[in-house]
Amino acid sequence: MKKVVTGNYAVSWGARLARAQVIAAYPITPQTSIIEKLATFCADGEMEARFIKVESEHSAMAACIGASAAGARAFTATSGQGLLLMHEVVHWAAGARLPIVMGVVNRAIGPGWNIWTDQNDTLSQRDTGWLQFYCETNQEVLDTTIQAVKIAETVFLPAMVVLDAFLLSHTSEPVDIPDQAEVDAFLPPYRPELKLDLDDPRAFGALVLPSDYMEMRYKIQKAMERAVGVAEAVDHEWGERFGRSWGLVERYRLDDAEIALVTSGTVTGTSRVVVDELRDKGLKIGLLKVRMFRPFPHEKVRQALAGIEKVAVIDRNISFGDSGVFAQEVRAALYRADKRPPVFDFVTGLGGRDIVPATIREIVDYTVAHDAPVEEFTWIGVKK
Amino acid sequence: MRKPKTYARNYEIPEEELTYSGSVSCPGCGATLAMRYALKALGPKTMVVIPACCWSIIAGPFPYSSLTVPIFHTAFETAGAVSSGIRAALDILGKEDITVMAWAGDGGTFDIGIQALSAAVERNEDFIYVCYDNEAYMNTGIQRSSATPWMAWTTTTPVKHPKDEPKKDIMAIMAAHYIPYTATATIAYPDDMIAKFRKAKSIHGAKFIHVLSPCPPGWKSEASDSIKLSRLAVQSKVFPLYEIEHGEKVTINVWPKDGGVPVSEYLRLQGRFRHLSDENIAAIQAEVDRNWERLVAKAKGSVYTELV
Repeated sequence: MKKVVTGNYAVSWGARLARAQVIAAYPITPQTSIIEKLATFCADGEMEARFIKVESEHSAMAACIGASAAGARAFTATSGQGLLLMHEVVHWAAGARLPIVMGVVNRAIGPGWNIWTDQNDTLSQRDTGWLQFYCETNQEVLDTTIQAVKIAETVFLPAMVVLDAFLLSHTSEPVDIPDQAEVDAFLPPYRPELKLDLDDPRAFGALVLPSDYMEMRYKIQKAMERAVGVAEAVDHEWGERFGRSWGLVERYRLDDAEIALVTSGTVTGTSRVVVDELRDKGLKIGLLKVRMFRPFPHEKVRQALAGIEKVAVIDRNISFGDSGVFAQEVRAALYRADKRPPVFDFVTGLGGRDIVPATIREIVDYTVAHDAPVEEFTWIGVKK
Repeated sequence: MRKPKTYARNYEIPEEELTYSGSVSCPGCGATLAMRYALKALGPKTMVVIPACCWSIIAGPFPYSSLTVPIFHTAFETAGAVSSGIRAALDILGKEDITVMAWAGDGGTFDIGIQALSAAVERNEDFIYVCYDNEAYMNTGIQRSSATPWMAWTTTTPVKHPKDEPKKDIMAIMAAHYIPYTATATIAYPDDMIAKFRKAKSIHGAKFIHVLSPCPPGWKSEASDSIKLSRLAVQSKVFPLYEIEHGEKVTINVWPKDGGVPVSEYLRLQGRFRHLSDENIAAIQAEVDRNWERLVAKAKGSVYTELV
């Protein structure tokens, strides 16, 4: 069934089709309509779920942790400050190996107050042990939400499905909403082997001495490494069943490219337009969209950028005192490549400042004009 | 072995043990005995949520457990929210008959966890929240909490500047949520404690039980005095045993014998009050008397009638 829905409603539909059983959430702009829709689904009996209307995002995640530990499929959504408030229990969810799925609408961090998009909220959760997927379209948001549940429950790690504030969250697009029966065939009910169980009483999360703690972290890392292949297989299966797949990364017009843009989120769509336009003018340019950020698909990034002469990463985020975060990851991945192209990093679009085709063109012009970066990263569109 | 003395009273302590022997609690720990009684009352169909507190240690390190029922250890401020999530999951999975008990210290209840607790009881989640109150951050080594009594010594309220503020009235705060059941209990009155846990289990909705929990290392008291201190707390009216139903119906469960004992008898067994002057003790006595009179007035004036 095709429906015209916002990115936020695509998240809600994803959670509904994935048959989330416990939802705990707290409203924050621009995430609010995700949970409003879910509350309506629950109230109308269209979802068999308990919706716990908690008093904070911290409690939203804590309640999801309890629900998931007791064996239910748990879902929440948040944004910006809400995600930051959650931070402690975001770690806890991963450490407890609970496959909670969370929709996160990228929102810039205050002060000053800003409800518009950038990626600093989710990227500051980079090291928590959550899988992270950055989406370009509303269809991708819906598909990824359901895929994320399956991937998370296979590797026992939680997953974030990330979408840009307003550019996706409040923008309507035609979205194919799959039949429940088809989704059920793709995604079986959650049946964890280990959970809070009277017949198998265990203590979860107890004090762990140095003699055992490190092995638990080793296993999280192993699960992350496994998630690369699992995510690829799940996306492949999705493609076979629903006729669409998204890849962990996507190569766009990269085959004979000399310059590669590296993008994530909605910047990708804008960049495709500019790539097409510059291709028409004879510039050998393509782009690499990074959809899965955690685990970072090092090998895929290395392969995609092999033979590229210059890489230009567009970062809608900043790690203060260093550079854009995606560029850090791309550089690190390329360090093990046989031939390392120069990596240009462009920080732009913070706090929802528009990234328009002219912004992308400026980035390309700079990259064409320089043999190698002359600074760690370059600001684009900032009033200095 | 000597036969246990039989009491000609209308109670019995269940023989079933749901705690293992040999836990790592301090000698004389009130919270350990309280857990033992609580689980005896609730039985094996119980799941326990433990946020950061002394019981995070007492329950044993990985891969051990000192309880025979499932435990979920969780972050300091999350007992109310995690319990809500477990409750929701159990309900949706058709396991409504399992009791969820949050088991938190005074720090996790009065201070860092009060937001999630208030929200959980405001939603009238079907669970029992127990605060075992040892009146300071004992697990980190005796720092002041908002449950610490006025003028008590702790490492952050040293003798030269003891605690300025009175203890927060958590019972009043919980009662103000108009939840079905709020009660106090101590290990000196196991019959009363067990009756209260059983009653809590039988009621659907949010239940809050406040257990005074003597802590020999933190109170600077003798390990052998913990039950005596619990009894003196009740008999001196420092910690009356009462329950509040639906936030309104107040019942005093144990009336101090012969009008009670002076607070000095309770205070003098605890090194944390050793620096108190006679004036300080008189002020504490006056405050305790005032609180008791207020409680008695509430008990006499309870107006709650069951809605039909």
